[in-house]
Amino acid sequence: MLENPAAALTIFVLAIFVGFEVIAKVPPLLHTPLMSGSNAISGITIVGAILAAGSEERTLSTVLGFVAIVFATINVVGGFLVTDRMLGMFKKKPDRT
Amino acid sequence: MTSQLVQFAYLGAAVLLIVGMRNLGSPKTAPRGNWIAATGMLVAVVATLMVQEVVSYVTILAGVVVGSAIGVVLATRIQMTAMPQMVALLNGFGGGASALVASAELLTYVRGGEEPTGIVPLAIVLGVLIGGITFTGSLVAFAKLQELVSGAAVVYPGQQFVNGLLGVVTLGLGAAMVMNPLGLDPYFGVVALSLLLGVLLVIPIGGADMPVVISLLNSYSGLAACATGFVLGNAGLVISGSLVGASGIILTKIMCDAMNRSLGNVLFGAFGAVDPSATGGGGGGGEQRTAKGYTPEDAAVIFSNARSCIVVPGYGMAVAQAQHAVRELSDLLESKGISVKFAIHPVAGRMPGHMNVLLAEADVPYENLIEMDDINPEFPETDVALVIGANDVVNPDARTDKGSPIYGMPILDVDRAQHVFVIKRSMNPGFAGVQNPLFFNDNTMMIFGDAKGVALKLVEAVRDLS
Repeated sequence: MLENPAAALTIFVLAIFVGFEVIAKVPPLLHTPLMSGSNAISGITIVGAILAAGSEERTLSTVLGFVAIVFATINVVGGFLVTDRMLGMFKKKPDRT
Repeated sequence: MTSQLVQFAYLGAAVLLIVGMRNLGSPKTAPRGNWIAATGMLVAVVATLMVQEVVSYVTILAGVVVGSAIGVVLATRIQMTAMPQMVALLNGFGGGASALVASAELLTYVRGGEEPTGIVPLAIVLGVLIGGITFTGSLVAFAKLQELVSGAAVVYPGQQFVNGLLGVVTLGLGAAMVMNPLGLDPYFGVVALSLLLGVLLVIPIGGADMPVVISLLNSYSGLAACATGFVLGNAGLVISGSLVGASGIILTKIMCDAMNRSLGNVLFGAFGAVDPSATGGGGGGGEQRTAKGYTPEDAAVIFSNARSCIVVPGYGMAVAQAQHAVRELSDLLESKGISVKFAIHPVAGRMPGHMNVLLAEADVPYENLIEMDDINPEFPETDVALVIGANDVVNPDARTDKGSPIYGMPILDVDRAQHVFVIKRSMNPGFAGVQNPLFFNDNTMMIFGDAKGVALKLVEAVRDLS
């Protein structure tokens, strides 16, 4: 898929706009979790890493793919977990009685 | 799984990621949003494992196990004050992974002897280039924030010329790669130069400009993922990568606006290297005035007649680990019927939103954390503004003194409050190296000392008075 560069660019440009719309609504209160969360999402490159590391032959490509998997997994797992940890700290005001 | 099904799975994953990020918009829905996004990621990974060509599961599993172990340790051990470093490091890994994926794809093409076509050669260059810059740039940002190296801007004569020249050479090599996609020599050049550029571009940026750098690197890591999406012809990667790219760009702009500086000025202005003797701006720079020091007991007397207080925390508060003591003080004041709010400047802390996380960790309810534009009108009706470890963001010169280096920067109008308490270790100027006339105002009481120590003494003093 995406053999057609125009289709790929179309998706890219539209996704950028979606990104702007979605992110602009996040209040400054949550900018740090937003950042660590979106950071985790940039680890989506793990998909490419799996494709590179998973092929049958043992080549330099699979070695690079393996290292890429390690890097991307740190990014994904670390990113989502630390975001969850942070978000758990944002609490509402307790009712003072 | 057929290729068609895998593509649908990627689409589903992209939808989950977007919905997840949407939910990050409010503290109530954010934890759920984070897990929705994580589920999207899981869907993408599982779908990829189902791709026909993916067969060596042992390699993949080994990589995932090692990466997860490191990720879990990092995420659970990191202190909230160290979040900027953590994000910088994770950015670096993301960028590095994208560069590696682009490289692996190139090598596969070279082995097969088949030339990549269309947009692929360009995408490989961009993946390697942006990923490489993100990798080393993030590591340098990490080292600076972790204080493994000096946080000050590193500048030398001809720096911009050198960087510019290297940039042009890198682009030239990139063009050579596009012209001859199977030639590896320019590839090695691009790898080496992008890694070098990452270092050289970040070292001239001072410690307090790090919020901008981290936001920008965040954006780069997304764009690098995007580039690998083009390499692999994978829409899921392109969509997710551009989401992150957009998010980083927005945060970068917010940070630059909050400092009233252009991105170019932040990246190339070497602001942190300002010579202290050359500063002082216009206005009050020349005259020698002394600020009056007061004790926590003096402040407690004022508190006993106050109805409202706005706390203005700066990074100095976080450095002194004073946030819990400050929350204790705020609880005590509230128990005496004084309303307490926290005014958060956009660049308070070392990354966007950092101060909110630090105060949330200290159990300050998020409703009490108020943004700059919303809180500024409240200062004139406020009895006490309590400034803790903040300096440049409360400098009235930014409003009035056209000669000041920080003129035009949006600030918190603490000087308009009835009384201003400033807790500060010494009269040393802030990051921008400019003197702060706030400290000399008649309604300002300076309380010198370590933020945590003073906050605890304030707690005692206020308690003793009742």
